[in-house]
Amino acid sequence: MTSLPSPRRRLRIGPGTILLAALAVYVIAILWSGNTQFLRPGNILGMLTRAVALGITAVGQTIVILCASIDLSVAALISASAVLASVVMGGSTTMIVPAILAVLLLGMVVGLVNGLVITRLRVNPLIATLGMAMVIQGILSAVVSNFAGEVPRSFRSFDSGTVLGLPVSLIFLGLVAAGASAILNWTRFGSNIYAVGGNIDAARLAGIRTDRVIIAAHLLCSLCASVTGLYLAARLGSGAPWIGRDGMYDLESIAVAVIGGTVLAGGRGGIWGTMAGVAIFAMIDSLFNVLGVDAFAKQVLRGGIIVAAVAAYAIGSRRLVA
Amino acid sequence: MTDAALPRPRRLSRLLRVNPIWLVLLILIGAIVALNPDFTEPQGYMNFLRRAAPLCILAAGQVFVLTSGGFDLSVGSTITLTVVGASMLLYNNEAATWWVILAMLGAGGVIGLVNGLVVALLRVPSLIATLGTMITVSGIGLMWSGGAPRGYLTDGFRAAGRFMWRDVPVIGLLPAALLVLIGGGAVLWWLMHGTNYGRLLHAVGDNPEAARLAGVPVARVRVLAFVVSSLSAVVAGILLGGFSGVSLDVGTGYELQAITAAVLGGTQLLGGRGAVGAALGGALTLTAIFTLLNFLGLPQPVREVVQGLILISAVALAVCRRDA
Repeated sequence: MTSLPSPRRRLRIGPGTILLAALAVYVIAILWSGNTQFLRPGNILGMLTRAVALGITAVGQTIVILCASIDLSVAALISASAVLASVVMGGSTTMIVPAILAVLLLGMVVGLVNGLVITRLRVNPLIATLGMAMVIQGILSAVVSNFAGEVPRSFRSFDSGTVLGLPVSLIFLGLVAAGASAILNWTRFGSNIYAVGGNIDAARLAGIRTDRVIIAAHLLCSLCASVTGLYLAARLGSGAPWIGRDGMYDLESIAVAVIGGTVLAGGRGGIWGTMAGVAIFAMIDSLFNVLGVDAFAKQVLRGGIIVAAVAAYAIGSRRLVA
Repeated sequence: MTDAALPRPRRLSRLLRVNPIWLVLLILIGAIVALNPDFTEPQGYMNFLRRAAPLCILAAGQVFVLTSGGFDLSVGSTITLTVVGASMLLYNNEAATWWVILAMLGAGGVIGLVNGLVVALLRVPSLIATLGTMITVSGIGLMWSGGAPRGYLTDGFRAAGRFMWRDVPVIGLLPAALLVLIGGGAVLWWLMHGTNYGRLLHAVGDNPEAARLAGVPVARVRVLAFVVSSLSAVVAGILLGGFSGVSLDVGTGYELQAITAAVLGGTQLLGGRGAVGAALGGALTLTAIFTLLNFLGLPQPVREVVQGLILISAVALAVCRRDA
């Protein structure tokens, strides 16, 4: 037996390191600017609550990226789900359950079609979901052009309610993340996702039905996006055909997953890294507000930060990327 | 493999080798002419070519990045920056036209260089890297103009997109944009298919590791591909500014249209195969589809649905053809 050379110890940068660095920058910047009230628990909770929509979407996005796929249709699906929810509810409490069911059904259909186009027609996932985004957005814009429908007051507690002093939406995000993490870590389906993302040919030869895994991952991702649509309808009181696109949920969910250490090529990463990425984005936004950074300068810095965070992982990696 | 086992009749195989995009384009042009006979007048088809020119240049530039195995999502905001920046710099001063064009090309070169260096040296996937530049560049455009662009594009600057020579023998009309398209297309075609660089680019896109081991300067080849794409975006921006004027969303959506056009032309995503001529065909086809939908009186949202469906089916068909 030839012994393999032991891997060289390198400085490994993980999502935890980046989260700690971001936290340190956040605290120092706030102490420096003298706005210490932003370090109170209430403000921190508020900051995290503003990231719930991105967080739920990013959980789904992480799952598809782990099996080496990607979903660019989430933003359009979020808009469509929010509009569908508020139109079906139409302000009446009795329609809440049918609206939720309709939205989840929409999410499942979109996820199923995405998965089938990718696996059966073997269309590159980027193109398949981009095309899906255009189809959803086009239909949606043809049907509604402004805020449509209304969400009843009771449904708005999905956003504004609290349990034991914690916001309901934040608890919900925690449950979604914990559920997804449990599926990925403790079920056969979860390990199949990592196997398919790591090496799809090896996974197939090992007897995994790779197509089913990819389709199921897309189903979960679209379900997460449609739930985000429900949440945004609760927060805004009504759905509009541009809320997903304006939030840039498609690209931002990919960015937070990647910042959280999930590799775009698939097979490596996890939900908690993504949650760290979401927290980092929330801190950046909050910090810009505290320091009074101009809205446009904010955008410039944001682009740079995304690239810098991803570049930080590449330190010590010799793999070529496309 | 099945190709070797079962040789097809020669005439059929030669027919199959013609890129089907040209056939599709012919059919679409036929449909447009059937709906609107005015299209056969110089005014009709020259206007069509003028409108298609920016997308053609942009798609031809995008092919370089796609062939290298990456994506360039920053071209849309580069177009916007070109138009907004030029209007800010020109400020209605006709004499400034030439150096403003040079300055914009310089800015495009810098954007491409940053994209390329971030991908090649920092090893950030191009999807994320160019997404970052997309956000940053559009932020720069907003900051520079304060959210509402001031100044105007001078007539000299707008000439490339707007000017038409009249009473030209044989063809009647000759838009300046068509000359830019032919010139730009020829340069990009030569770079891809007539130089060693084009071959190196294909090698890098097909298998970067193998290319590196064979001594290809992978990083340099990649950086140049991003620079070519960004420069093509600046040229497209100059053309678009010429006929649509100054606004903050001139470039919106063009990155996806450019990728769609290249894919329609048979460019393979994730690298290794791409042709400039076919991308031009793809861009013309996409513009023809939009023209046709316009003639049919379909509203903008329907165009989006159709573009989405075309994108998916083009790639699905390409996969089928490759396996057949």
